[in-house]
Amino acid sequence: MNRTMLAAILLGAAATLAHADDKVLRVVPHSNLAILDPIWTTAYMSRNHGYMIYDTLFGTDAHNKIQPQMVDTWTESPDHRLWTFKLRKGLAFHDGAPVTGEDVVASLARWGKRDAMGVALMTFVERMDAPNPDTFRIFLREPCGFVLEALGKPSSNVPFIMPKRVAETDPFKQIDDYTGSGPYIFKKDEFKPGDKAVYVKNTKYVPRKEPASGTAGGKHVYVDRVEWNLALRDVQAQANALVKGEVDIIESLAFDQFESMSKEKGIKVLKPHIGFQYMCRFNHLLPPFNKVEVRRAALAAFDQRAFLKAQVGVPELYNTCYSMFTCGTPYASDAGNAIMKMNMRQAQELLKKSGYDRTPVVLMKPTDLDAIGKLPDVAAQEMRQAGFKVDLQAMDWQTLVSRRAKKDPVSQGGWNMFCTAWIAPDIWSPVSNAALDARGEKSGWFGWPDDPKLQDLRAKFMRETDLGRKKKLAEEIQAEAFAIATHAPLGEYQAPVAIRDNISGLNVSGLANIYWGVKKN
Amino acid sequence: MLSFIARRVLATLPVLAVVAVLVFLLLRLTPGDPAAILAGDAASASQVAQIRESLGLEEPIPVQFGIWLRHLAAGDLGESYYYKVKVTELIAQRLEPTLSLATLTIVFAVLVSVPLGALAAWRFGGAFDRALMGFSVLGFSVPVFVLAYILIWIVSLKLGWLPVQGYQRLAGGVGPWLRHLILPSLTLSVIFIALIARVTRAAVLEALGEDYIRTARAKGLPESRVLVRHAVANAAVPIVTVIGIGIALLVGGVVVTESVYAIPGLGRLTVDAVLARDFPTIQGVILFFSLLYVGVNLLVDLSYVFLDPRIRY
Amino acid sequence: MDATGAWSRVRRNWPVRVGGAVLAVLVLVAVAAPWLGTVDPTLFDAGSRDLVPGKVGEITTLDGEILKHTFWFGSDSFGRDIYSRVLYGSRVSLAVGVLAALVSLGFGIVAGLSAGYLRWLDGVLMRFMDGLMAIPAILIAIALVAMWRGSLVTVVVAIAIPEIPRVTRLVRSLVLSIREEPYVEAAVSLGTPTWKIMFAHILPNTIAPLVVQGTYICASAILVEAILSFLGVGLPPDIPTWGNIMAEGRPQFNLYPHNIFIPGAFLAVTVLAVNILGDGLRDTLDPKMARRL
Repeated sequence: MNRTMLAAILLGAAATLAHADDKVLRVVPHSNLAILDPIWTTAYMSRNHGYMIYDTLFGTDAHNKIQPQMVDTWTESPDHRLWTFKLRKGLAFHDGAPVTGEDVVASLARWGKRDAMGVALMTFVERMDAPNPDTFRIFLREPCGFVLEALGKPSSNVPFIMPKRVAETDPFKQIDDYTGSGPYIFKKDEFKPGDKAVYVKNTKYVPRKEPASGTAGGKHVYVDRVEWNLALRDVQAQANALVKGEVDIIESLAFDQFESMSKEKGIKVLKPHIGFQYMCRFNHLLPPFNKVEVRRAALAAFDQRAFLKAQVGVPELYNTCYSMFTCGTPYASDAGNAIMKMNMRQAQELLKKSGYDRTPVVLMKPTDLDAIGKLPDVAAQEMRQAGFKVDLQAMDWQTLVSRRAKKDPVSQGGWNMFCTAWIAPDIWSPVSNAALDARGEKSGWFGWPDDPKLQDLRAKFMRETDLGRKKKLAEEIQAEAFAIATHAPLGEYQAPVAIRDNISGLNVSGLANIYWGVKKN
Repeated sequence: MLSFIARRVLATLPVLAVVAVLVFLLLRLTPGDPAAILAGDAASASQVAQIRESLGLEEPIPVQFGIWLRHLAAGDLGESYYYKVKVTELIAQRLEPTLSLATLTIVFAVLVSVPLGALAAWRFGGAFDRALMGFSVLGFSVPVFVLAYILIWIVSLKLGWLPVQGYQRLAGGVGPWLRHLILPSLTLSVIFIALIARVTRAAVLEALGEDYIRTARAKGLPESRVLVRHAVANAAVPIVTVIGIGIALLVGGVVVTESVYAIPGLGRLTVDAVLARDFPTIQGVILFFSLLYVGVNLLVDLSYVFLDPRIRY
Repeated sequence: MDATGAWSRVRRNWPVRVGGAVLAVLVLVAVAAPWLGTVDPTLFDAGSRDLVPGKVGEITTLDGEILKHTFWFGSDSFGRDIYSRVLYGSRVSLAVGVLAALVSLGFGIVAGLSAGYLRWLDGVLMRFMDGLMAIPAILIAIALVAMWRGSLVTVVVAIAIPEIPRVTRLVRSLVLSIREEPYVEAAVSLGTPTWKIMFAHILPNTIAPLVVQGTYICASAILVEAILSFLGVGLPPDIPTWGNIMAEGRPQFNLYPHNIFIPGAFLAVTVLAVNILGDGLRDTLDPKMARRL
């Protein structure tokens, strides 16, 4: 062993000793962190990374209400066309520069070019400006019913506020400067892709006075360092590591581990308040699902309970939900969902009447995502029982994600159906729910349903400001969506979090994976 | 001597050229699309198309290869589509875990298998010899990952002696580094012990039949000296050869072992890169391992000069 | 060449007998799988999830019928019968092993004969083979299978390709040594066409070492296929293979290790049998090679 190596080891040991008293929170996130730009991608890992190092103008609290975060006060003009916001005091970026209205305007402009809801918002926006350093204004062409919902949206893409110079990066290029104004600072020099990500406490961060709630409230940090273990992807190894104390938090405990972890001494398993919704999505462009009667026959064949039992298995973690919006939220309803409560015989009838010609349904199955991996098998089994011919094709998630973007016929690599899960905030409103975008081939999300009536209703919803009327419109939207069978909602589940029992204060709102407020004792 | 070395090095160039072409072509046969993967689960179709364009995937293939070669010559392996980090940087970060694992494995395997093989040859036909041969075939046959799970089950879970997973960098102390590597290297070394023990046994057996052994014994040298100084030393060439060939085996074992033990090394990187259709990283890692193979075998070739004075170039 | 003597030597060699017997049993099991108390390996029932070996549970057939079934090897996290999956999985392992060996032998023979006999092709071909050998086999296999759709053909080809160089080398060196033999030179001077010389004189002498080599390739192929399935880049998961039964058992290894240990045992025994068979064949058919290893 030569002297350089020895020196390195000794220095490393010294460094470790110096930080021996630091409180380090070791987290195993639900997936790998590959993209560090939460505007460039909608991936939830990047969103969670964003919540560590950036701050937002508004947040969503645990009761799903929008609350101010970076904003102190705001006014809306009587004609609803001018919104003026004042930023609160003490907001500063990690390099010391204060956060100004110009940073906000640039950040919102970049976000507004990528995010689905942001893009929708920008169609109403005439211009934005920052007359003083602590103020910014949004001028609208016409009244818009979802300005605050957009600015405070909890999930991808979140309108994080970045320094102006960073926000001026082309929205289709990834940023490489990770300065933010949030409660943690990203240690770029210690980041090892696929291995670990490191965040340290931002000692200069000024939290709000309210208690933390959802993505809103005061963001207090009680640990010195947070390390995300990106190398530990095997579910059983994660559980073993938690039990042996090698990690502190498993962000998304596998269903298979739920029972045994719940009984384990020294481990607590928590259930977030908000969960996910499963769905299977049809390709409306290709046969057989280009005929609405065939799609509706599939909807009739699906029994939510079978899916949930096979995929989740633990009754306390799932519930059926026959609405296209998250059950328990304002826009959920039973409108139009009778089709999903039909039995297999009725489904068989519907399929026969539809004139289905035995075209095989190419159903894509991901092999490497435990959370949704069993859905296609159940779907295939139920469709076969109803009389469909199903070609279950397995592939890894990455291949699936690239294949679902194709509109080509099946013989040229196309697809008919796939299943996935959405986090509740992404689908609980007609504006944010991408599966209800029915502009045909121009639709924002894969599947490409085409229904001018649905589009009309959504456009009306976007302009509506009265909550009562919005609810009515949401019901009509859902009824129409079921009538044309945009997709099949398959029930809801919560992704449990497992922590060692010396950890307290973990935010389990479920809106995102949040690590401020966590105490390690 | 120098011209010999120069000739051997030059001989590797055509091999490397073939490797480069093969690797590049290999990955252009893919029907997958990295752009969609990078956009994330909830992205729209137009977002995906835009990313595809910005990644330069629209150029004709020969143009792409030419650009790639030019970068290669400059030591630039490109940037990972997936991680947005230079491939060379990714490889550099992942090098330590894999090299640690590989080195410990080989060292342990050689230390164990050479004496075992020599002993088996010395007591040729006896119980020990038969047992070793039996174990050797078993060692080839049990898959690395099954062995890994058996070891984890017994040593980590039931006995609690060692950690179940993970890797600790050397800079964080030799103790933790070693503790985390014991099970993985043990797992991986089994197949090597099987291979090297066999080769050692055969080589020592052959050496023991030679005249110089009879001479040494006639001279009255103690048996242990005969064995070590003469028999084993003469078996060095085939043993070193096997180590060279074993590098290819090692890579396969490393990929699986790193996967089971959650070690963030080059093996894991390759699998992750392949699943993500991350062209530059896949190319970079395969190129790296091929270079390693060529390099190690070159060293093995050159080492013959020192190990066997009878070999003259 | 003493063919008849060789065959009787082979028959009497006990590793050949043991290895051969085990494999014969396995082949029988693979072929007779549907009649050995199995159910359709893709059938599942969420109510029968994670049963330990020996438990009784329910299986729902495609027609909606509910059967009572004893899960001799337990069930996986879907509720599928592991006994059925392991038995059907033996088909895949054996098929991949044999096919991969045949494919690599086939290409290797052609390449080796060409390189050995056609001097102008020799240099280029061998450099190409050297390059191919420098790339670790598992990486080629992973990359190829992940890029094309995982199917039996893809997996066999991906596993066979890295084995071709070694077969080529073997055949080539045999060709080179046999070419110098007097009877071959005599045939050449008589004007015998090249292909006739290859088939009548050269090929028969390569059979013994190739059979031995093929056996080892088969063992390696079975292992590689299992690794590919285990890593998630093998055959589609609704085709049961030992590798993907184990892969699906990873998330619950602590509680239900039978998912990994049972297919693992079958895998180890199969590969062991093939290796023992190979050793036996080598000892009886190609003693020169035995001295080398």
